[in-house]
Amino acid sequence: MAARTPFWTTLTDPLIRQNPVTLQILGICSALAVTTSLATALTMSVSLTVVLTLAAGIISVIRRHIPDTIRLIVQIVIVASLVIVIDQILQAYFSEISRALSVYVGLITTNCLVLGRTEAYARYHAPLPSMVDAFGNGLGYSLVLIVIGAIRELFGWGQLMGIQVLPLADEGGWFTPLSLMLLAPSAFFLLGGVVWAVRSVQTEQVEPPDHTPPSRPEPAE
Amino acid sequence: MAGIDWNPWRRFLALPNESRTKTIIMAFLVSAVCAVLVSGATVILRPIQTANRAAEEQARISDLVRGIPDMSALLETSGGTLSTVVIDLDMGRAAADVTRETLEATLADPTNWTVLDAGADLAGLGQRPNYAQIFLLRDNDGISLVLLPVTGQGYGGRIDAILAIHGDMNTIAGIAVTQHSETPGLGGRIEDRSWQESFPGTTIRDDSGAVRFNVARSAATTDYEVDGITGATRTGNGVTQMMRFWLGPDGYGPLIDAIQRREF
Repeated sequence: MAARTPFWTTLTDPLIRQNPVTLQILGICSALAVTTSLATALTMSVSLTVVLTLAAGIISVIRRHIPDTIRLIVQIVIVASLVIVIDQILQAYFSEISRALSVYVGLITTNCLVLGRTEAYARYHAPLPSMVDAFGNGLGYSLVLIVIGAIRELFGWGQLMGIQVLPLADEGGWFTPLSLMLLAPSAFFLLGGVVWAVRSVQTEQVEPPDHTPPSRPEPAE
Repeated sequence: MAGIDWNPWRRFLALPNESRTKTIIMAFLVSAVCAVLVSGATVILRPIQTANRAAEEQARISDLVRGIPDMSALLETSGGTLSTVVIDLDMGRAAADVTRETLEATLADPTNWTVLDAGADLAGLGQRPNYAQIFLLRDNDGISLVLLPVTGQGYGGRIDAILAIHGDMNTIAGIAVTQHSETPGLGGRIEDRSWQESFPGTTIRDDSGAVRFNVARSAATTDYEVDGITGATRTGNGVTQMMRFWLGPDGYGPLIDAIQRREF
């Protein structure tokens, strides 16, 4: 049990307390792009978690032999290869979803989250802890994506996973879809809302202000 | 490590990470392993992907045919299959030397495309292939349905669709949008069945033979119009121009004339 505790915290910390999206503001681009529906958010989450875990494992295995001068290139090459392989597998076995994700699978390569974890953790730790950490971060990212994806799909279409949940007004129900939810800005508002909510509860995540506004003396009479 | 280790692999690993030899060999090794992985995945999975794409195209076509009233019954009587043929657009008849299998390779050659001048280029395509694969449904008295792939420019990019026309070659039977990048919720509604349902029964040309098809600003008022989409005027215009180009003399016009003359 004592041996499991660090693993457990490594795995669960990134969910809320050290969430890569809400605390470190990593992986935002894809979080905005693929959350128009729950299905695409889920696929992206699974793809990213798999890529992240495998990349962390592989890089951790060869960590002692990566020359510092080319370490970023080596990491990117490994991540990009994994992404291409996963993309090919998606196109072969989940062609529907791969069409919906289209360009965004390729964006996993440049997702700052992947490089962030390999740079910060996998380079200094053994393969198993690295993979646990990567998996935990993947889950943290997935959690944010799924929450935002669910909200956007519910209010944008009145559906969840393509199943009509709220009866639409033009089919005799009461719900008028919110088209704004399907456009990119809504993801931005929602993400901001999620960050604010998390930091309201976990006050230690609040960053000190970068600038202090100049004090404004009372105007002289 | 008493003496010199003769195992070259271990000697390589024992090199300091900063040595030039190790840097180059590591870079090469990582690239080689990754290249093998990527090529392997691509080669092994390509047949499945090709089959997927073909199946998807087929599914869209059969969906389109099924959605046309009375078409299922027609399919039953005619043996339930569509015949397909590659046509020469300029001639308006079946292409002599291009088959379904060679079509892709033929269109990869730029000489098999016609550059459109500004006046003729209604759909904003720039150039048009000389050959196209179309689908036909024949019954006892000639052709009863034609499926024509069309493409045009919408607001967000290219729109690809398949247009179904009845045997009189002047009444639209249906449309299926196969690919588009219009704004979700606005122009993106061209893929909704509710909008596509206003196509069947629309007349293409008037008595003088001019293509009159039009996407209306709001609800359709004439036989030549289909309903417009609120907030997506440019998408509607794109669809109008696409249809006018492909049904006109530079598109499938010669083929449509040939079928009407019963020469196809």
